Amino acid sequence: MEQTNLQLNKPDSQTNEWDARLHHATRATREDWVGRGISYLCIGAIILVVASMLWFITSKGIATFTQNHVSVLKFLTGTNWAPDTGHIGAAPMIVGSFAVTFAAAIVATPFAIGTAIFMTEISPNRGRKLLQPVIELLVGIPSVVYGFIGLAVVVPFMRHLVGGSGFGIISATFVLFVMVLPTITSMTVDSLRAVPRYYKEASLALGATRWQTISRVILRSATSGILTAVIFGMARAFGEALAVQMVIGNAAVMPKNLISAASTLTSQLTSGIGDTIDGTLPNNALWSLALILLLMSLFFNALVRFIAKRGQLKHER
Amino acid sequence: MNAKQRDRVATVVIDLIVAAVVGILLFLLVYILSAGLPHVSWQFLTGASDPMSGAGGIGVQLFNSFYLLVLTMLISLPISLGAGIYLAEYAKDNWRTSLIRSAIEVLSSLPSVVVGLFGFLLFVVKFKMGFSVISGAIALTFFNLPLLTRNIEESLSAVSRSQREAGLSLGLSKWKTEIGIILPVALPGIVTGVVLSAGRVFGEAAALIYTAGQSAPVTNFSDWNPMDPASPLNPLRPAETLAVHIWKINTEGMASNAAQLSAAASAILILAVLLFNLGARLLGNFLYRRVTASK
Repeated sequence: MEQTNLQLNKPDSQTNEWDARLHHATRATREDWVGRGISYLCIGAIILVVASMLWFITSKGIATFTQNHVSVLKFLTGTNWAPDTGHIGAAPMIVGSFAVTFAAAIVATPFAIGTAIFMTEISPNRGRKLLQPVIELLVGIPSVVYGFIGLAVVVPFMRHLVGGSGFGIISATFVLFVMVLPTITSMTVDSLRAVPRYYKEASLALGATRWQTISRVILRSATSGILTAVIFGMARAFGEALAVQMVIGNAAVMPKNLISAASTLTSQLTSGIGDTIDGTLPNNALWSLALILLLMSLFFNALVRFIAKRGQLKHER
Repeated sequence: MNAKQRDRVATVVIDLIVAAVVGILLFLLVYILSAGLPHVSWQFLTGASDPMSGAGGIGVQLFNSFYLLVLTMLISLPISLGAGIYLAEYAKDNWRTSLIRSAIEVLSSLPSVVVGLFGFLLFVVKFKMGFSVISGAIALTFFNLPLLTRNIEESLSAVSRSQREAGLSLGLSKWKTEIGIILPVALPGIVTGVVLSAGRVFGEAAALIYTAGQSAPVTNFSDWNPMDPASPLNPLRPAETLAVHIWKINTEGMASNAAQLSAAASAILILAVLLFNLGARLLGNFLYRRVTASK
């Protein structure tokens, strides 16, 4: 500092000012501290929400096993759900949830893949102009509206077709099929678009027909993406509550066939949690159902990550 | 069957599938609008509903839906803006960031009924806020945050690097660059995402049944003092929204004309969502033209 002072030959007061400027944060730096603080606060809030959500639902959900001393195995495999008399076998709901989820995914996947192929390979132009809005609208329709249409159209139709009440797994499958269709389709479209163009060109240049190219080159190299799309669709179906609850009939019994009233984890939760008293066994049992939902959602998440990682490795090799 | 025939068959099958998908959407829209719109009247849109049977108008529910939407956006927009800026600008590529990203992914994939139950547990039961507008708005915020954050982050990251460099080379702070330069450029994408998420929030019901409640007490629409219990703006009153109303009259309602009522309410809900979708496109395009000065 002394040296500069000599060199520049400035009076002392001015050096002090420069000194202050050089050794203290500028306005820009201070602004950045504030901005950094704000954005850290926001991201911190989100992390806090996620952490407390996991913590609260887990601690509520395990109360059945720690406080009421119900064995986990009995809870998962028991088929008698009558919480008021102390019987809490969750198997009917677990089976119901998995049944509607798998059924909806199996029905929806061919439709989704067909639509995605049309949008990317057969008619990209019409795909963008016609099908993109169709998919977006299907996503936008609220789940209660799907439930209402299921109740007003699908249930009477099923009653007419196969008899019975019309409520049941098959009606829920129909409703969920339409609900997961846009999810699976739009993600499949993304993964088909990500297939390198020269794969397709090479195949066509070898004299393969369009369908041969699609089925043996494009679909094959997009497999991990399509699988991810299907799992996302299944996660949506598994967690969907109101639309399913409106059409499945809500009887907590093991589903004997596809057309008798059944229930899922979500339907039991929505119809039950308001009628039970906090801290009692019936209430704790419902929270355990919520915990299963949470764990399944985490499982689907992990599965997607696992597939994405494997897909990446394959491409790198 | 040779390869060419197989190709033709496959094309026909795919065309049929596409026709079926388009047909499903057309059926849904035509069914809802034709079954619902004839029952929509001014009386229906503004009238009060009977608290027991759910019959009558949907005036209060419609107001509640919009009020909850506004409150939700007021809470979730600033938080997701800050979080989006963090992820786009400050986050380093390390394990902590990837943990944060997974947390956001987990939140976005949680079923909305689980989010609703968490809101019920925390706000209605633990904090004793009761079934209220504010409990509902916070639950909807949880449900909305991950999507909005991701949308904002993507819009911000899509802005070219040279814009950032220009700001920094002028001596602006990172924060000022982000707020003053990057955010306006990214605005069209952000606005589109916000309006689309508004459509989702508007139609959400599962997260609200046990947070905002299932009753819509008739409020006094000439009283706009938020502290007053009878005021429509009071954040501590229970507020059944339109989507919850549709669910309620279909599952528990005893109205004799439940089918017509819910058809009409569904038609209104669908129209609102369609308007949100259309609005998102138009507003996004308009802002894009304004910001980029392109035609």
